[in-house]
Amino acid sequence: MSISRRTLLKLAGITALGVTAEKYATAHAGSTAAKVLSKAVGAGKRLTKSNVQQKVRLAMVVDLRKCVSNQGCTKCIDACNRGHNIPDLGDSKDAIKWIWKEPYESAFVDQENFYMRDEFKNKMVPVFCNNCDNPPCVEVCPTQATFQRPDGIVMMDWHRCIGCRYCMAACPYGSRSFNWRDPRPFIKDINPDYPTRTKGVVEKCTWCDERVDQGLLPLCVEACPEKAMVFGNLNDPNSEVRQLLKDNFSVRRKPGLGTSPEVYYLV
Amino acid sequence: MIEHAFRGSKRYWSWLLFLGLIILAGFYFYMRQFSYGLGITGMSRNVSWGLYIAQFTFIVGVAASAVMVVLPYYLHDYKAFGKITILGEFLAISSVIMCMLFVFVDLGQPFRVLNIFLYPTFHSLMFWDVVALTGYLVLNVIITRVTLAAERNSIPPPKWIRPIIIISIPWAVSIHTVTAFLFAGLAGRPFWLTAVLAPRFLASAFSAGPALLLLLCLLLRKLTNFDAGEEAIKKLGMIITYAMCVNVFLILMEFFTTFYSHIPEDAAHMQYLYFGLDGKARLVPWMWTSAVLAVVSLAILLVPRARSNHRTLGLACIAVFLSIWIDKGLGLVITGFIPSPFGKVIQYWPTLPETLIALGIWAIGVFFITIFYKMALSIRREIEA
Repeated sequence: MSISRRTLLKLAGITALGVTAEKYATAHAGSTAAKVLSKAVGAGKRLTKSNVQQKVRLAMVVDLRKCVSNQGCTKCIDACNRGHNIPDLGDSKDAIKWIWKEPYESAFVDQENFYMRDEFKNKMVPVFCNNCDNPPCVEVCPTQATFQRPDGIVMMDWHRCIGCRYCMAACPYGSRSFNWRDPRPFIKDINPDYPTRTKGVVEKCTWCDERVDQGLLPLCVEACPEKAMVFGNLNDPNSEVRQLLKDNFSVRRKPGLGTSPEVYYLV
Repeated sequence: MIEHAFRGSKRYWSWLLFLGLIILAGFYFYMRQFSYGLGITGMSRNVSWGLYIAQFTFIVGVAASAVMVVLPYYLHDYKAFGKITILGEFLAISSVIMCMLFVFVDLGQPFRVLNIFLYPTFHSLMFWDVVALTGYLVLNVIITRVTLAAERNSIPPPKWIRPIIIISIPWAVSIHTVTAFLFAGLAGRPFWLTAVLAPRFLASAFSAGPALLLLLCLLLRKLTNFDAGEEAIKKLGMIITYAMCVNVFLILMEFFTTFYSHIPEDAAHMQYLYFGLDGKARLVPWMWTSAVLAVVSLAILLVPRARSNHRTLGLACIAVFLSIWIDKGLGLVITGFIPSPFGKVIQYWPTLPETLIALGIWAIGVFFITIFYKMALSIRREIEA
């Protein structure tokens, strides 16, 4: 059997081409496949700040050193409750809470520290929705009744919510409330500029999205006599929130869960 | 076929009437819940899921367990299950109906339930669970209808039903896996955040479900002339034994990881469930009852002589069923919320209306089981005659 030189060269060429292609494929296919796969399962999603590309990413800074809620101040809570038609059901099992106070060790339940600075041991911390970057509530909602705005605010559509309360199971911060009964009889003075809710839907703080859209500050921020709450654009390096975070030590609630909460507490 | 459900003895009718009364009571209290809101239940802003979702979780397992008779019969041509496979499938249908009702009564806005389909949300496990359950119901309705009709006409079932039956096998596994994912994917609830949850769900389902089926077979033998066959009963007993062993093993795995690592957030839930936390221990007696029942059931099931005696086998099945009912239908869901995200122990207990609504749904399930079994057995008797 004889092979002409021409055929041999051709064969060699094809083989070389094949080998090169295969090498290329093994070198790159792995990573492409890996990329496709990780995209499909959403891997790494919680490791990056997903909204960093947005022009506006709203955030809240609470200066616990200035906050005087220990001395009985409830100005932020009162302003919110009044403005948002929140029923007064006391501290019952049916209670609706948008912003309220929790002891430091409850708010930061994973930061156990017996020998904490005295003033923080009995500190009352204002807590409210963190409007997370990766909100688990939005992930689990079966009807997209809770969803995220481009500026990061996690919204509630009270007309779409079916009241399954999956979001409440998913929220690591206890920030969500359910209307276990008709809230309207328990609203002291109804604010006609804001909707009341019906029984059977979930609600929560939305950083006063209705005011933000008019260029106003959230009610709690405005009401704070100590100016302990600051609200602004995290993606603007010159914003007040960014300046505060640059110059002060801040903590967030349960950052280890990867939800990327956007309320920063200065301690 | 359905005409058989309308003909029956006095005992049959009075049993249905009895169930009907429980259903009516449940419906009355559901109407009260409907007008007042879910505040009529013991659920709260801290424990926001209770008896309804817990019962749902348990019964999904019973529904999935039909696969334990379907698989040997259709995939391995295990003839001894020929008589009871249809009973398993009817049990699955009745259970899925109960599951759907338990989710439905748990909704704050039940009239908006179709929003799940109007705004399908693929990243929500709730959506997939509804899809899985609906699909499973449709599959089993088709399968039972076609196979029973063929049996009545004494002809082999049509060929096209076989792929549908084969699909129903992994589908059964999927309904309980997706139900476990409902819980096991939540970063903020460490009690459920365990990869072993889905396997545990399946193991408990494959013991509690067949245990119920076996009890029903023993009951039918007493009440009617239906005999499941000694071999089928024996094999079911074997399945229950294996599944219960795996179930107890997986629970012990949870114990080890939780208590040896003693990460506080993890351990607090188990601590509350089995030993009490902050002086609050409402579920503790229940959980130890569940543990004792599990040990008792295994003590019977693992001894071949005790297992082959119908009386002791029956007792073991009751123990298995109750043990898992407490573990899954009470402890598992509620304890995910205790302590709360703030580390506070706020307990939950179902109210009377809530319990009666749940009982009403169980009665609906038993009602369906009764008329389905009546249908199946009447058709069999007709063929024999």
